[in-house]
Amino acid sequence: MIAWTFILAFAGAAALLVLPKARESASRWIALAAGGGGLLIAIQHCLLYSKNTDTFQSVTNWEWIPALGIRFHIGADGISLVMLLLTGLIAVTGVLFSWNVVKNPRLFFALFLTIIGACHGVFLSLDVFLLFFFYELVIVPKFFLILLWGSTNREYGAMKLTLYSVAASALIFLGLMAAHVASGTGSFGLFELAAADYTRGFQLWAFPVLFLGFAVLAGIWPLHTWAPTGHVAAPTAASMLLAGVVMKLGSYGALRVAMPLFPEGLAAWSGVIAVLAGAGVIFGALAAFAQRDLKFVIGYSSIAHMGFVLLGLATLNHIGLSGAVMQMFSHGLIAGLLFAVVGRMIYERTRTRDLDELGGFRLRHALPAATGVFIVATAASIGLPGFSGFVAELSILIGAWRAFPFYVLLGGIGIVLTAAFSLRALNRAFLAEEEQTDRPPLPPLTRPEVIGAGILVTATVLAGIQPQPLLELIGRGLDGPLFEAVLQIREVRP
Amino acid sequence: MNYLEFLILVLPEAVLTMTALIVIGLGAKSGRGGANPFSSGFLTAIGAAGIVAAGLVLALLPAEASLGGMLVLDPLTRLFKWVILAMSLLTLALVPGWAPPAHRGEYLGLILFATVGLSLVISSEDLLMIFLALELASLSLYILAGYNCDDSYSAEAAMKYFLFGSISAAFLLFGMSLVYGYTGSTHLAEIGAALADLPTEPIFALGVVMMLAGLGFKVVAVPFHLWAPDAYQGAPAPSAALIASGSKVAGFFILAKILLLSFADWDGSADWGGFATGWVPFLALLAALSMVFGNLSALAQTSVRRLLAYSAVAHGGYILLGLLSGGTVGIAAVLFYITLYGMTAIGAFGVVALVEQRRGGDSVAHFAGLAKEAPFTAGCFLVFLISLAGIPPLAGFFGKFFLFTSALGGSAAGDPSGLVWLVSLGLGMNVLSLYYYLRVLKQVFARPPAESTGHATGTPPLLGCMLATTAGAIIFLGCFPNLLLKPIEAALRVVG
Repeated sequence: MIAWTFILAFAGAAALLVLPKARESASRWIALAAGGGGLLIAIQHCLLYSKNTDTFQSVTNWEWIPALGIRFHIGADGISLVMLLLTGLIAVTGVLFSWNVVKNPRLFFALFLTIIGACHGVFLSLDVFLLFFFYELVIVPKFFLILLWGSTNREYGAMKLTLYSVAASALIFLGLMAAHVASGTGSFGLFELAAADYTRGFQLWAFPVLFLGFAVLAGIWPLHTWAPTGHVAAPTAASMLLAGVVMKLGSYGALRVAMPLFPEGLAAWSGVIAVLAGAGVIFGALAAFAQRDLKFVIGYSSIAHMGFVLLGLATLNHIGLSGAVMQMFSHGLIAGLLFAVVGRMIYERTRTRDLDELGGFRLRHALPAATGVFIVATAASIGLPGFSGFVAELSILIGAWRAFPFYVLLGGIGIVLTAAFSLRALNRAFLAEEEQTDRPPLPPLTRPEVIGAGILVTATVLAGIQPQPLLELIGRGLDGPLFEAVLQIREVRP
Repeated sequence: MNYLEFLILVLPEAVLTMTALIVIGLGAKSGRGGANPFSSGFLTAIGAAGIVAAGLVLALLPAEASLGGMLVLDPLTRLFKWVILAMSLLTLALVPGWAPPAHRGEYLGLILFATVGLSLVISSEDLLMIFLALELASLSLYILAGYNCDDSYSAEAAMKYFLFGSISAAFLLFGMSLVYGYTGSTHLAEIGAALADLPTEPIFALGVVMMLAGLGFKVVAVPFHLWAPDAYQGAPAPSAALIASGSKVAGFFILAKILLLSFADWDGSADWGGFATGWVPFLALLAALSMVFGNLSALAQTSVRRLLAYSAVAHGGYILLGLLSGGTVGIAAVLFYITLYGMTAIGAFGVVALVEQRRGGDSVAHFAGLAKEAPFTAGCFLVFLISLAGIPPLAGFFGKFFLFTSALGGSAAGDPSGLVWLVSLGLGMNVLSLYYYLRVLKQVFARPPAESTGHATGTPPLLGCMLATTAGAIIFLGCFPNLLLKPIEAALRVVG
């Protein structure tokens, strides 16, 4: 049963809360087991998916709150499985990169696992209330993760991130309730709501409300400023999780709920979405160019990459949408890797993230392994062939070319800018040739760090040279009944 | 009318009254040297036993009974009498630690008398009986609010509560007299039936509005809320908890009953661009004002008790939204929400009481570092505040979802755009509310405690039990709302 993914995570969180203080050191093992279990289940289901022709598999459908027609309805299609895989990978590596958390590790890992479990839940929900329930479950743990274990400006970052999330959730809340009432089905089931007829006038206001609610969490420009501040303030594992998985909850929700529910609204608004997405790509990259703090560079690069996801969603064709999902997966891994290098490998040793100060550490010689990982991550982030980002961004650009050719130009500029700021950061922080200073040698990488980085690098390279299995999973998800209306929008029109 | 029937119908209240008299008697007894021989724990235990006994007696009464329409017992009133009893029982857990030390017996007696009043409010279906029951409860609550006579805040609380309360009672009574004069009946269902054949005239509208103003005081709706912050701040902790929970539950229950049984034909509409005269637009106005003023004022508070008071005002606004839809679904949402709101309020006041006792104040700064000194209490406080903010997996999340959905669904069938303006306002204000709850929680969890003055740490056992019960119920109802929703719906279906 695929529900074990989040059951394991929540059970792990509960176990950590009741763990006696004397056995505190076991907490990371519990977290690793819970996260790893989720990953194994996800892998198993990915492998078994092609054995069966159903779009949604491992379905569980129970009555939950009959008064409102709310059901505990979960199931996984190819898209869910790809996202589960990402969540599992980030869960495992996030624990590995937090191996040395000293301050109250039980609570730290309990909050971490709660977010992981909630993400699993969102990716599996087929009832929009259930999806929203899991979606909101993320809010409080992430607030406390940043507030209690964060660094730079953490109180401000935590509050800003939380208030943005809640405000966005209020929009989703309104959109879902309106859909429930207007559909007249008395149900919150995704399929029932998607099959209902809504008037065009209703869709024209309900779609942007619902879509924007999800898109804020995906970092849509100009409502993206919470993301860099929050991700920089967060501790490493939380940055990895927030940028790697939680931002994807937004784009996933937009794809899974907002778009299939209101295709007419989507058709009317897709141009606006594309503009905002293009702006996100360009401005995210430009902002990243101007940063001095290495973590902020990565924070803004996430905005640019998520701009690609939104651009892919706006194309409304098969290749663009599958590129968007691929980009979610790819950016999840890359952002996780980048935050791990900067937040854990570098900052914990140098206590600085300033590009110029880092230059003085001669990291290329002091921490060759970390430098190597960062170079790989940068290459993947730029979208060099052989890494997951290449496949994803190429698909998105092809999709965009078919839908609105002009935006390919924006995307192309974005890619160039991404390369520019990534190389600038790499050059100034890692490869600067400064005169020898008398700094104490930095401690070498620990074993959990090496394993964690190895997992993420392997995953992004594998997905880059052999993307076909993932693309097949995504493609079968997109062929499902939910996306029929979405994919027809552009084909029907001349 | 048969006195035996009467006695059977009010047997739970009779048990409570007897217990109250016993407790007062025991409390007044002076032992050797003038000191009372009974500890307050013992007296509280007797009070608690009385409440439990009343609950059991209630279970034994016939499923449906009526006393000439004055007092009724049906599945719904039975359920909510249990809710009222549960609220009082939870409140009693605060008495040994935090009630004023003098005259404990009388204090407990007053809590029980207030419970009798609230319980009678639930079962009354006649304007006269409603008024009498409300006043019985209110008079006890006024005294409870001012019980700490050495404390000027407590005196101020009682004074404001009493003055506002008596004026609102006058409004209520005047409104009732107008409605009676117009329809010729004091019985709720008969008023409703009479209205079906009568044209509505301004004098009747005036009566309804006056009644709503009077009841607006009980449910703390803006602009009838001015007493609440002072009463919540000054009253002894158990009194404040009872005012915030039981009194509000009964107020909303009777408000819903009056609106649905008597005035269902004169509801009007608050849909945007389609306003029609009736109580719905009036209530919509109260709801909008309560949500906006409650939340905005709460933002500025430094005293956590006042913060809770303004948040109570805001929650009153959300609950009124549920009433607007006028249907069974809306009523179910309202009843679900007030029940869990009452529990949350008692729990939150328990935490505030503990902090006040140990740190000498209830300002936000006094909560700094609570998580270090009393982790369990801090965890429960987190549950209460986050549930109030409406975040899963806590019951407040589903409660709000249900309220807002029913409000949207209540306007013209299938078209959710009518009340969208009000629901959007509520949702927006709800986002604001998270800010002030998180401001308190930030102190609790992220700030170091003020230098230790050697006071006790940890959670006292009785308070711990109460907090565990309420927090556990909130989490459990958040994950399985059907446990409470199903009985409410079943009862509503029987009542019709």
